Amino acid sequence: MKNYLFLSIATLLLAVSGCKPKNTGDAIDGDAASKVYVAPGKYDELYNFVSGGFSGQVSVYGIPSGRLLRVIPVFSVDPEKGWGYSEETKPMLNTSHGEIPWDDQHHLDLSQTNGETDGRWLFANANNTPRVARIDLKTFRTSEIIEIPNSAGNHSSPFITENTEYVVAGTRFSVPMDNDNGDVPISTYKQNFKGTISFISVAPKDGDMKIAFQLLLPGMNFDLSHSGKGPSSGWFFFSTYNSEQAHTLLEVNASKRDKDYILAVNWRKAEEYIKQGKGKKQVVKYAHNKYNESTHSATSIMENEVTVLDVKDFSDIVYMIPCPKSPHGVDVDPSGEYIVGSGKLAALIPVFSFAKIQKAIADKSFDGKYGGIPVLKYESALYGEVKKPGLGPLHTEFDGKGNAYTTFFISSEIVKWNIKDLKILDRHPTYYSPGHLSIPGGDTRKPYGKYLIAYNKITKDRYLPTGPELAQAAQLFDISGDKMKLLSDYPSIGEPHYAQAIPAEKLVKNSVKIFKLEDNKHPYVTMGEKNSKVVREGNKIHVYLTAMRSHFSPDNIEGVKMGDEVYFHVTNLEQDWDVPHGFAIKGAKNSELLVMPGETSTLKWIPEKVGIYPIYCTDFCSALHQEMQGYVRVSAKGSNVPISFSLGKNSDAPDSLLNK
Amino acid sequence: MKKLTIICSLALVLAACGGSNQDNASTSGASSTEAVPVNDSKPAYDPNRGEGKFHDVKLAAKLDGKMALNGEKIADLKCTSCHKLTDEKLVGPGWKGVTTRHKPEWIMNFITNTDAMIDKDPKAQAMLELCMVRMPNQNLSDQDARSLVEFMRKNDGLK
Repeated sequence: MKNYLFLSIATLLLAVSGCKPKNTGDAIDGDAASKVYVAPGKYDELYNFVSGGFSGQVSVYGIPSGRLLRVIPVFSVDPEKGWGYSEETKPMLNTSHGEIPWDDQHHLDLSQTNGETDGRWLFANANNTPRVARIDLKTFRTSEIIEIPNSAGNHSSPFITENTEYVVAGTRFSVPMDNDNGDVPISTYKQNFKGTISFISVAPKDGDMKIAFQLLLPGMNFDLSHSGKGPSSGWFFFSTYNSEQAHTLLEVNASKRDKDYILAVNWRKAEEYIKQGKGKKQVVKYAHNKYNESTHSATSIMENEVTVLDVKDFSDIVYMIPCPKSPHGVDVDPSGEYIVGSGKLAALIPVFSFAKIQKAIADKSFDGKYGGIPVLKYESALYGEVKKPGLGPLHTEFDGKGNAYTTFFISSEIVKWNIKDLKILDRHPTYYSPGHLSIPGGDTRKPYGKYLIAYNKITKDRYLPTGPELAQAAQLFDISGDKMKLLSDYPSIGEPHYAQAIPAEKLVKNSVKIFKLEDNKHPYVTMGEKNSKVVREGNKIHVYLTAMRSHFSPDNIEGVKMGDEVYFHVTNLEQDWDVPHGFAIKGAKNSELLVMPGETSTLKWIPEKVGIYPIYCTDFCSALHQEMQGYVRVSAKGSNVPISFSLGKNSDAPDSLLNK
Repeated sequence: MKKLTIICSLALVLAACGGSNQDNASTSGASSTEAVPVNDSKPAYDPNRGEGKFHDVKLAAKLDGKMALNGEKIADLKCTSCHKLTDEKLVGPGWKGVTTRHKPEWIMNFITNTDAMIDKDPKAQAMLELCMVRMPNQNLSDQDARSLVEFMRKNDGLK
């Protein structure tokens, strides 16, 4: 009996190890270490921007070292930097639902000019409460967030056109439109639930975003997207699933049909119709938040209108291309001619030809309609199929040398194949189950190639165990040769989905080091220590506070009373790179402030008890950083302690007291 | 011999750079004809001038009142958090008498090329040992630096 048990365990073990990809031990090349080694003091070759998934933020890594350089707060509050806690940044997280402290950040796209990354901005989507953010790559700060109305689950976003004319936002969940009565039975999905795709225009100079128009589409799930380029510039491609229009147990009910669709959008055409005034204005409500670098403050306004084009009313804006089994990634090769669909449950990868799509449209080679939209014949649009590539294809990127690289979630590998002859050239296991992958510039007209990074969904045994929760694993591959070579693993923050990478030299030269004091237009700036003061306005107290190595001015404040609201407006007078000052006060319920050189930041504080409250600098700034402190006295309501403030005036008594 | 050649060419390069910077320093009042000696093979550190883009700052006998006022504004914004106008030390030394202790070139180099001078200049290093805070670079323009010197002169009683 015992023997039997032993035997079955052994068999089980064998079976398990058989399923699991081989250990990396033998997959690593001898010179891998030297390829990822960046000597102390040396810079990395590339910046890698990685979505944070449920962390809501964006992290920045150096490639090839995999060193974490920064976490940019975007959709989630970040007490470390005061993001969402300082008075200036709170409006950035405002929505039509009020202030929201968290979101689920999935995809990133770098701004492009002529189909190449230009290093100006990085766009990020919020999946849960639909929004799109623009991050300024001069400051690595979020400078604009726009909410998307008529949307739920902003997943196919924020992909951009090749001159950053538009950022798109396609809804994952179809829902009743915002200005329709939403109080309907869920079972009326087919009648009442609709999908939308928003085209957000980006002002060429300052990047200001505006919802230019929305396309109204049949109820289904919109998943991912990528813009056309070159010959297909002017078109956008969206993958869809749940063409079954299921509203329950999608796992089964949305996986019934043999094919779903890739939606091809002629956005130039849609743009024309909008210019002709053919869009319909709809009353909606959505927040539009902007950060102003000269006032160091954000504002949030509520927009109340959007222009909608119902695609049913136009015969030439959108077309459906059948694509096997719940497509996920839809990726366009650098030439703009080939569109790769990845059916999550398909055993092949269809590659569509833009030229054939155009011909099929011209020839009206249609196979009926879906929700009023012409469906192209699969064969008329198809260039060819990659046969038996692996299990569970998700996403594809390109190296610019005629090759495509696709991640396979179920078979846990990356497969390299040739775009022209669709032959498989190489396959390499990942550890484990990759979702997205990123080749620097891999979705642009000019991929940088050289590296590929896989963002794996499962970590298991890759790092020292840290309890049940593990950091997710990114894996860096060298793709400069015929065969992919695994170079290193590095842990990532939250759950990375899509990522982007860009040669460092495109950003380094523009990186801001300080904010110029002379340009500081904050309404509560303190221009020099001489102007520091405390002002009472009713029950509001404004403290004009300066920070300089290594003291605050003023650092002794009296006359605050219970019932007062105190605003500490901290101006950092430093003008040297990498000298932020922090600010904290005991009992503050928001967070610290981290104030950059030349910047003004405000912490609101409502004292809840009479007493003495210490303030101090939280960022080690000099040898006398521990001396950078002060006191605030809080008196009872109705007390007659007047407002007073000082710096450097010490009392006379203490020595004699100490000597007693 | 080879080594000497390299040092000499280095000196030349350095001198050439210094010369062109001096031209850019439009407010220094220096004329480019009085540039650095190019044949000096040993670029010794000049403790009176310090190190930086300013070589020969010509000061007028009388105060430029407008410039001094501008200097005072800059001082209030960027300097007086740490420096008193008296001879009393706050974070850094008081400014009283600074124009008699240092040549204008030294002051202007120190306040625009702060890190390099703290690492090299004997007087700056001695001061660091007293104050224990490295003076920050406050990102001053050439004009700012010149105006500050004028304000310091006013503070030292020049009319």
